[in-house]
Amino acid sequence: MNVVNNKWIGQRTIRPDGVDKVTGRAAFAADTNMPGMIWGKVLRSPHPHARIRSINTAKAEALPGVKAVVTARDIVDFTIEKGAVMLGIQDMRWMCRNVMAREKALFPGHPVAAVAATTEAIAAEACKLIEVDYEVLPWVIEINDALKPGAPILHEFNKVDGKPSNLLGKLEVKKGDIAKGFAEAEIIVEHTFTTRPVHQGYIEPHACLISVAADGKTTIWSSSQGQFMVRAMTSMLTGIPQSDIRAIPAEIGGGFGGKTIVYLEPLATMLAKKSGRPVKMVMTREEVMRATGPTSGSKSIVKIGARKDGTIVAAHGAFFLQAGAFPGSPIRGAVGCSFAPYDIPNVLSEGFDVCSNRSKVAAYRAPGAPIGAYAVECVLDELAEKLKMDPLELRLKNAAKEGTKAAHGPVFPRIGYIETLEAAKNHPHYAAPLGKLQGRGVASGFWFNAGGESSAQVNITEDGNVVVTTGHPDIGGSRAGIANICAELLGIDYKRISVIIGDTQTVGFSNLTGGSRVLFASSMVVTQATDKVINTLRERAAKIWEIDPEAVKWENGAAHPASPNAGQFEPLTLADLADKAPSQGGPIGASVQLNTQGAEGGFGTHICDVEVDVELGIVRVIRYTAVQDVGRAVHPSYVEGQLQGGVAQGIGWALNEEYIYNRDGKVDNPGFLDYRMPVCSDLPMLDCVLVEVPNPKHPQGVKGVGEVPLVPVMAAVSNAVYNALGKRFYHLPMSPPKVSEVLDAPTRQAAE
Amino acid sequence: MAKLHVTTSVNGEPVEFLCEPYDTMLDALRGQLGLTGSKEGCSSGDCGACSITLDDRLVCSCLMLAAEAEGHEIRTIEGMAHGDKLHPLQQKFLEHAALQCGICTSGMLVASEALLKKNANPTEEEVRFWLAGNLCRCTGYDKIVRAVMETAAEMRGA
Repeated sequence: MNVVNNKWIGQRTIRPDGVDKVTGRAAFAADTNMPGMIWGKVLRSPHPHARIRSINTAKAEALPGVKAVVTARDIVDFTIEKGAVMLGIQDMRWMCRNVMAREKALFPGHPVAAVAATTEAIAAEACKLIEVDYEVLPWVIEINDALKPGAPILHEFNKVDGKPSNLLGKLEVKKGDIAKGFAEAEIIVEHTFTTRPVHQGYIEPHACLISVAADGKTTIWSSSQGQFMVRAMTSMLTGIPQSDIRAIPAEIGGGFGGKTIVYLEPLATMLAKKSGRPVKMVMTREEVMRATGPTSGSKSIVKIGARKDGTIVAAHGAFFLQAGAFPGSPIRGAVGCSFAPYDIPNVLSEGFDVCSNRSKVAAYRAPGAPIGAYAVECVLDELAEKLKMDPLELRLKNAAKEGTKAAHGPVFPRIGYIETLEAAKNHPHYAAPLGKLQGRGVASGFWFNAGGESSAQVNITEDGNVVVTTGHPDIGGSRAGIANICAELLGIDYKRISVIIGDTQTVGFSNLTGGSRVLFASSMVVTQATDKVINTLRERAAKIWEIDPEAVKWENGAAHPASPNAGQFEPLTLADLADKAPSQGGPIGASVQLNTQGAEGGFGTHICDVEVDVELGIVRVIRYTAVQDVGRAVHPSYVEGQLQGGVAQGIGWALNEEYIYNRDGKVDNPGFLDYRMPVCSDLPMLDCVLVEVPNPKHPQGVKGVGEVPLVPVMAAVSNAVYNALGKRFYHLPMSPPKVSEVLDAPTRQAAE
Repeated sequence: MAKLHVTTSVNGEPVEFLCEPYDTMLDALRGQLGLTGSKEGCSSGDCGACSITLDDRLVCSCLMLAAEAEGHEIRTIEGMAHGDKLHPLQQKFLEHAALQCGICTSGMLVASEALLKKNANPTEEEVRFWLAGNLCRCTGYDKIVRAVMETAAEMRGA
């Protein structure tokens, strides 16, 4: 890897899809129409928990303009008794029931039927004419309530100690012996923390447009974090073979993990199949908030023990996560990531997957890890205070490094965690003075990152330019990174490279845009494909020059004769060789398909300053610095963008965002007015420090960067609030009413 | 009820369309007029992805009835560039990577242009409060604010 002389890697180039996006031309999921298209709408359960005795669709079907109605009968049933049918991390038994309620409706907003009609208004009217006979059941939402004896049970088949239970899964990782470890500890800090469910908050609602021909050939236009996931899930849920489904990835208007499963596509496919017409479905914001995402609410009990010199000797975490209606909360992230930044001899980390009557969780940026890190990093802050140690020094003293065995299994290779701590400690932010009612907090975080399947094609056009096709929806600028890498390898201007996201029938299988894997994995396959192309180009030049291919080198976008023929021939450029291609062996291109390996985990350390308005209970973040080991910043602007975006989401999670449920078990704030995500005036500039410790297992040194930045944020904000007020909050969000309640408490007591 | 006939101007061109009385301006733009650059993120005026100007006033097109366009001048993201020449804000958004997914970008640009028309020299605080009605979930706003401030400085210099 030629780090010093890189021409394009590390440059802030203009992204390939940029002009389309600043001119309004980019086609997102809801932006496409088809001739003859009709509109689909979903009828959703008003109840948090109800048995569906019967559904009568006759009146809806009779309404003029209605072209098709579907219910669970039209969706393939993966019966519970037959056991798990996994697609990635999703069990299709739950997926088929999540897209369309089967035996029971399990949350308000759970689909029970769908209608397609000539207009949206008729489709909505028809939904009202569907008669559903519900047996309304007692419901439960909060974790503690769901685990109480006698709690309403969502899935009766699931038994714990012989009794039906809402505890659907457990996971533990372990290292050493915590009993022995805590016995050695001189100081122990233990607390219980809670967080509320928060939504990924993408601005683009889920949408799709689907056409099914009479022979079953299906075209899906939708935005998702994986067109191949859309194809596979739709195939499994409708029975149409994958070879007949062309899933075309629209531009995606944000996902953050929330678009890694299907909601509408199987319903629209069946409506299109039944009606013979293309069907378009677009969720309202309210539907997005009630029936998609969010991530888990949680309860975490964390206990950490240390010696007086600051050596951490034992750690125990118990993380209870709300899965929503079906099993599958991200306990793996909470259990595996929370203690990973530290070299602790004795660790027990346990996760509990708790079902309750709210929408099924979807992945959200480092799923589970921010929840676990919030508890662990707050406990560490308190531990540092008790030890009279600087919180970064405490972390440095116990930092994981090359050779550390993480509790979740791996032995870390060369990692950059210590570098992030040093960079934070030496940053001017850390030494800057603070004013009255201001405070500073720090926290660290880890995320696994992922490799997996990716495919790419690199084709040389007849005029000597380049088209790169990959299979991953570009969610944050990955096309720009790929253009930089391909330009670097070929030695040509990045503007000569067009980067395209292929559909399922034109590019090889590529797994989800998720796990911070896209640039890691796709640059691996693009690098191999480009290397193959360069070999072909060298061979072509060798043939023209009648010399050995080994005596041809590729440099600055052209083939040059190398020793012993150096200087004997004029270089042949990419354009020259493309022009001569027809007579020299034909088209030039290569495709590579890999199951990529070597995605190493990522670490970050954040510094947050807050100011508390004690009159109004408002916490304002006034300065923020995110430091992260990013491996190699192929396009620094989009790497910074990942850090800044993750930080903003974490600030929202810490300070305002939460699902609020009313007495009927329904979400009371299903819109952007009351579900309060950070707006521009809520935030300061978000500073980034990119530490580059290259990943030795990647051709460009790339590590995933997208998810780590959310992991430390809530703890950093929370620790800053403690530093400002001298009062610690153990429950998120620290929203104005909750902050005021705590601040006013002593006053109230005094007044009494 | 019969459809309404509306005569208006969109991005400087005379336009006529038919709409239902309850159609929003956003419905008409994205539907009848085929201008899908304005996005629907919430249909309640909270996200700003559908921002347009009505006689130079910044509005959420999801909160405006299509019929209200009669006799007024509408401008949308599609009218911001002149042919293949981008508006300085569009260019600066690209250079600063002030977009990730791009769903909020149309609204951000329309709102930013409206700000700079009113205030050629906004402070960071003024930019942040002006754009507080435009949600972006990807960027944390940092690069957007920088792009707007730098465009303002360049336009003042030009």
